[in-house]
Amino acid sequence: MMARREIFRGFTNMLRGVRMHSGGIARKQFAKIEESDISTFRKLLGEKSVITNDDSLEFHNNDWMKQYRGNSKVVLKPKSTEEVSSILKHCNARKLAVVPQGGNTGLVGGSVPVFDEVVLSLSSMNKVLSLDEYSGVVECEAGCILQNLEEHLAKHGFVVPLDLGSRGSCQLGGNVSTNAGGLRLIRFGSLRASVLGIEAVMADGTVLDSLKTLRKDNTGYDIKQLFIVPRKLESVHLAMLGCNNFQQVLEAVAAAKFKLAEIVSAIEFFDQQCSDLVVRNLPGMSHVLETSSPFWVLVETTGSEDSHDSDKLYNFLNYCMEKQVVEGGTVAEGGTQMRKLWGMRENIPMALLKEEEVFKYDLSVPTSEMYNLVEIVRERLKERYPQAGVFGYGHLGDGNLHLNVTCPTADKEAVESILEPFVYEWTAEKRGSISAEHGIGQMKISKLYLSKPPELIALMRQIKGVFDPNGILNPYKVLLDE
Amino acid sequence: MRALVGVKRVIDYAVKVRVKGDGSGVETAGVKMSMNPFCEIAVEEAVRLKEKGILKEIIAVSIGPAQAQETIRTALAMGADRGMHVKHDDILQPLAVAKLLKAVAEKEKPDMILLGKQAIDDDCNQTGQMLASLMGWPQATFASKVDVEGSNLTVVREIDGGLETIGMKLPAVITTDLRLNEPRYATLPNIMKAKKKKIDATDPAELGVDVSSKLQTVKVVEPPTRQAGGVVGSVQELMAKLKEKSLI
Repeated sequence: MMARREIFRGFTNMLRGVRMHSGGIARKQFAKIEESDISTFRKLLGEKSVITNDDSLEFHNNDWMKQYRGNSKVVLKPKSTEEVSSILKHCNARKLAVVPQGGNTGLVGGSVPVFDEVVLSLSSMNKVLSLDEYSGVVECEAGCILQNLEEHLAKHGFVVPLDLGSRGSCQLGGNVSTNAGGLRLIRFGSLRASVLGIEAVMADGTVLDSLKTLRKDNTGYDIKQLFIVPRKLESVHLAMLGCNNFQQVLEAVAAAKFKLAEIVSAIEFFDQQCSDLVVRNLPGMSHVLETSSPFWVLVETTGSEDSHDSDKLYNFLNYCMEKQVVEGGTVAEGGTQMRKLWGMRENIPMALLKEEEVFKYDLSVPTSEMYNLVEIVRERLKERYPQAGVFGYGHLGDGNLHLNVTCPTADKEAVESILEPFVYEWTAEKRGSISAEHGIGQMKISKLYLSKPPELIALMRQIKGVFDPNGILNPYKVLLDE
Repeated sequence: MRALVGVKRVIDYAVKVRVKGDGSGVETAGVKMSMNPFCEIAVEEAVRLKEKGILKEIIAVSIGPAQAQETIRTALAMGADRGMHVKHDDILQPLAVAKLLKAVAEKEKPDMILLGKQAIDDDCNQTGQMLASLMGWPQATFASKVDVEGSNLTVVREIDGGLETIGMKLPAVITTDLRLNEPRYATLPNIMKAKKKKIDATDPAELGVDVSSKLQTVKVVEPPTRQAGGVVGSVQELMAKLKEKSLI
């Protein structure tokens, strides 16, 4: 009798249109991987650190959104700076293209190969090297997962000055090289400000130690970084406020910044469409309050003195109720409630991923106009594409809107033509940024000109050329070819 | 009808508890505290009974240091009418807590007392049972469903073998289990209103209760750290390792 074997693929995604060789780009004249290269890598790194089997390659060739698919034949996992240096030395000499990869959680296709570039994964360099508890300086390797660093620091009473939903998978090297934004930018500022120094390996294998002024745009490879890390503060409060219209939302934010001042650690918003989607698409999620609200605002405070923070929070909430800035809401009581409330916001991307097609826009726009774009897009689509969903959420405190549009696959091209270039042009007109925190990657290359003048783009290209003369590091990304 | 609900302030469920350096107890300084999850369920059940028209008044009582008032405020924000704070700074054993609750109950004369089945810091699961015994009242512990009709109480209990349904006459002590209900989020208007609700204060001396403990905590240690497993490459290696550890 023949036994039937089910061969399980890592994943299949026949519904989502997968972009390969984005936008008709041609493969540049890089060398092709040969057996001799593979055996060189094996000699340099050891057998276990050289991955060539198809099943394992799947993860590294596909981005989180399942929108971009590369065709790399080999993934390397060096365990030390010396190993990274030896790999790049070889690749640079051979003119083999290389894609450095961290947690592969990027949303713009910047972390996956476009053709057959070698994937240089930092995942095996995941150690926290040292923590100086007096100066609050931590040194860690680029492959260190954010959540692991958080847990390590928490034991000693410190926090990472960065937090994002992908914390369980994203790595510090990727965070630093993309200057990641996230939920607590409002409190800690741009990640750049917290980086004291990095050790990087250049495209030709040269190791640069603690170069403090290295530009972080994938021109070199960050191996170790020194961060300044703030103390962990125990008094944390989370309020979720319900607002009837965006004007109230704006007033709530202003009130939060004024009344809560220095203890604010996050201000996020999401609309009713988002909360309905989360409850509909994700099992186990339910509405927090019985009454629904067109807008929800999450305000988090973090401080060192609980009675002080509680009083401030009470005054803020009282003010909001009296001035009728909010229609309702709640304050989380305990860690479990806090996680559930955060879940309503942090799970929005997961809920969106369950729809057939999703267009994601990450825009910096003047805060007062943030929701206008959402309403305009909704208006534009509602008559001919009533099945399209338009969602607005984001880092309200930083003026960063995440506009998402979902639609059935059948309508994909039509909806896309309505959205683009309109959304980008609207943003450019408001002198906003077409990529507030997600970066350019593959996805937004052709839109870069909308937020940066050509002279500056030319300069970026020149700088990249200084650090990477052969252009082997992460080609086909960020900058268009001349 | 009136209900007395006991609420305890404990280290928050989400916190990673650490043992103090001297082994005398766990670290609570600067650590996030909140209402015991089972107490939350008790408060929620009382509020639901009030919404059904069965209860007229809910009194939330907590025994502990000054900060226990915050826990009472949370109960008030969820829907309790007034609070009672029994001030005492040291850790108390369940028997002392039961005696104090009895003293409070004798003053307030509730028709039912709702407690969480156990506190997540000591996991004792004794207070409700001891209280019922001291009061001479029937008890319905591990409640996963509560029905009140007149003075008849019917409770479904979670037990090892499944579910047990028991009936009794009020007044009675009920202790709540996880599946009884999902506690509500206190709404903003209720949180504001709670600030104005009354919390009476008293202490063991005033209640005439001796809370001295016959138990002394000798030592507190963390559980031994889990050893990492090992990966073996072959059956032979597995056999050798098992023999090495005298497991076969």
